[in-house]
Amino acid sequence: MPECFILWFFVKYYEENSYFLYCYAWNILGSGVRNGNYRHRFTLCISISVYTMILRPQANDIKNIGYYLGRIILGIGLTMFLPFITGLVLFKESNPALDFLISANIAIFIGLALSWLCKTDKELNTGQAMVVIALSWLAAMALSAIPLLLSGHYKSFLDACFETMSGFTTTGLTLVQDLDHLSRSHNLWRHLGPFLGGQGIAIIAISFLVKGTAGTFNLYLGEGRDEKLVPNVINTARFIWVISIVYLILGTIVLGLIGMSIGLAPQSAFFHGACIFMAGFDTAGFSPQSPNILYYHSLIYEIVIIFFMVIGSFNFNLHYQIWKGNFKEIWKNIETRTLLFVIMIVTLITMVGLRRLGVYSDGMILFRKGFFQLVSGQTTTGYMTIYAQQFIKEWGDLALTGIILSMALGGCACSTAGGIKMLRVGIIYKAFRQDIKGMMLSPSAIVVQKFHHIKTMFIEDKQVRAVLIVTLGYLFLYGLGTLVGVGLGYPFLEALFESTSAAANVGLSCGITDTSMPAILKVTYIIEMWAGRLELMSVFALFGFFVAYVKGK
Amino acid sequence: MILCLMLIIPNSHCSAQIPTSLELINNAKQYDGKTVNYRGEVIGEVMVRGDYAWLHVNDGIIAIGIWAPKTLIGDIRYAGDYHKKGDIVEVSGMFHRSCLEHGGDLDIHASEIKKITSGSPVIQPISRKKAYIGAYSLILVLLFYALKKFFQHR
Repeated sequence: MPECFILWFFVKYYEENSYFLYCYAWNILGSGVRNGNYRHRFTLCISISVYTMILRPQANDIKNIGYYLGRIILGIGLTMFLPFITGLVLFKESNPALDFLISANIAIFIGLALSWLCKTDKELNTGQAMVVIALSWLAAMALSAIPLLLSGHYKSFLDACFETMSGFTTTGLTLVQDLDHLSRSHNLWRHLGPFLGGQGIAIIAISFLVKGTAGTFNLYLGEGRDEKLVPNVINTARFIWVISIVYLILGTIVLGLIGMSIGLAPQSAFFHGACIFMAGFDTAGFSPQSPNILYYHSLIYEIVIIFFMVIGSFNFNLHYQIWKGNFKEIWKNIETRTLLFVIMIVTLITMVGLRRLGVYSDGMILFRKGFFQLVSGQTTTGYMTIYAQQFIKEWGDLALTGIILSMALGGCACSTAGGIKMLRVGIIYKAFRQDIKGMMLSPSAIVVQKFHHIKTMFIEDKQVRAVLIVTLGYLFLYGLGTLVGVGLGYPFLEALFESTSAAANVGLSCGITDTSMPAILKVTYIIEMWAGRLELMSVFALFGFFVAYVKGK
Repeated sequence: MILCLMLIIPNSHCSAQIPTSLELINNAKQYDGKTVNYRGEVIGEVMVRGDYAWLHVNDGIIAIGIWAPKTLIGDIRYAGDYHKKGDIVEVSGMFHRSCLEHGGDLDIHASEIKKITSGSPVIQPISRKKAYIGAYSLILVLLFYALKKFFQHR
């Protein structure tokens, strides 16, 4: 870790400077870092955790964080006007519209106050950006929970926070009560959450509210994304919006037309279409009706949803290549290849498990039910065409293991999907192959391993190390939730299922997630969803920041 | 004699009891292919498909899909949503854990639907409290914004 020594040098000799000095050093050092996907990211986190214990954050650092946090909160407040206007004009729902007016005003007031009190022209450095991102997700959770709490469909503020964190992180676990009588405005807000959070809360700020380039890139980086589609990060953020909005329009039209053909009224069909698309493409799994996708009883609806879930779990960089007409990238890319391979393996495991227990007597039904749930888990969407209780009562341990495996591995990097991610799985596999080859050849032989992700690259040890650390981080998260679940008396497999679903931002449930579950478990799942979505990095940065504030000199 | 009656009556009452959605789902294998009675509120929309229709009945726990001939749903006027309280119906029909006709969905094929209580539109008067808070907070935000702009220009 040569960079750690250089950072240590900076910190040692410039202690009078701010807590974030090492981050400037990091920026100088990291000019090449940003071209690699995973290099050094965890070194940075570790550096933050270590060095924050030495230097206390200065007023300037806090001011900088406060200003950008204020801008993001302002953005969240402004988005609440969408359900406010549609509720008032389109759905004729006065009280729900007022819920959004009140909440928007609270958010805008806080946002304005923060950006006024902390007014600064300075750009964010990497460490500050990560703290901003971690805090902005917490702020988004709390502020977006206000209209949901005012709806009267949530038992407590904690439940409403659980729902919004689940939405923003594109998880899809829900604690709503009497969903079938929830207003359309509130339902729209539930589904907008994944759409905003899936693309990234910082992406909103980068696209419309924040100036500068270095600071904006750091914000982009902090949300677990490190691939720029075009050289300018603001244009990258805007392109992500263009992709998402074009798909949203197409998806709503397609699902709306199918909805009408299966018996839904036109307005309802398009409302459902928009909601299902937002939660499907953004791999969240929310639905406007309590039976989830089982409500529609339609094979064609399910096929279209599978398509949207899969493309939603694709890397935005891959979308960009497809948009540029580079279709070959789909077959050459390590992520799509790994995704295909992993889906084949987990399908086999799940099908064998279901077949062995004779859960479904008909082969086509076995495939339809098994494959839908599996793709839903693999893409970390969480849509279901069975009831949550059926997983435990009927599916059996082997099929559940297949689903848990698919959830844990997840979708592609730089997408709306969660989990360990296919790029990491692919790199681990390649590194493993490289090591095996090295063992088989003579000790003097140099074995190199390449992989293709947009461009062809050689695997480096540092990259593999960073990938393995993130993977271990995810495994730790899965284990943490499982431990808490088991400690509270839930059976191991159920606790593992639900914990993996929360930490990998999936949303499939075997029935544990319920308003009656203990508050400690709700908080654990909230933390898992939050840390899982931010790929732990920003969460570590925030933790380091607080430690430095308390213990720093 | 009285003791015997006391023992029999509760049992006969139990067998006539309507299972909840959770009981049906949790014991789906036992109920599979059997005629069950199920009661709850019609929610969402009635989706007509040819001579049949899908409706969803929620007993307060979970909604279950009911596949019924169109002739049985004539009485249903209200399906519950934000603006409406749905009709309360009692469905009698065959329960399927994994329906072969409908791609493995858990459903009930209705042979009889009785409307127990009629639903109604739900009138939601505008909450004065919310309206006041909304209006005052909007004024506060606008004032604050104006103040911020004023001081920034100075």
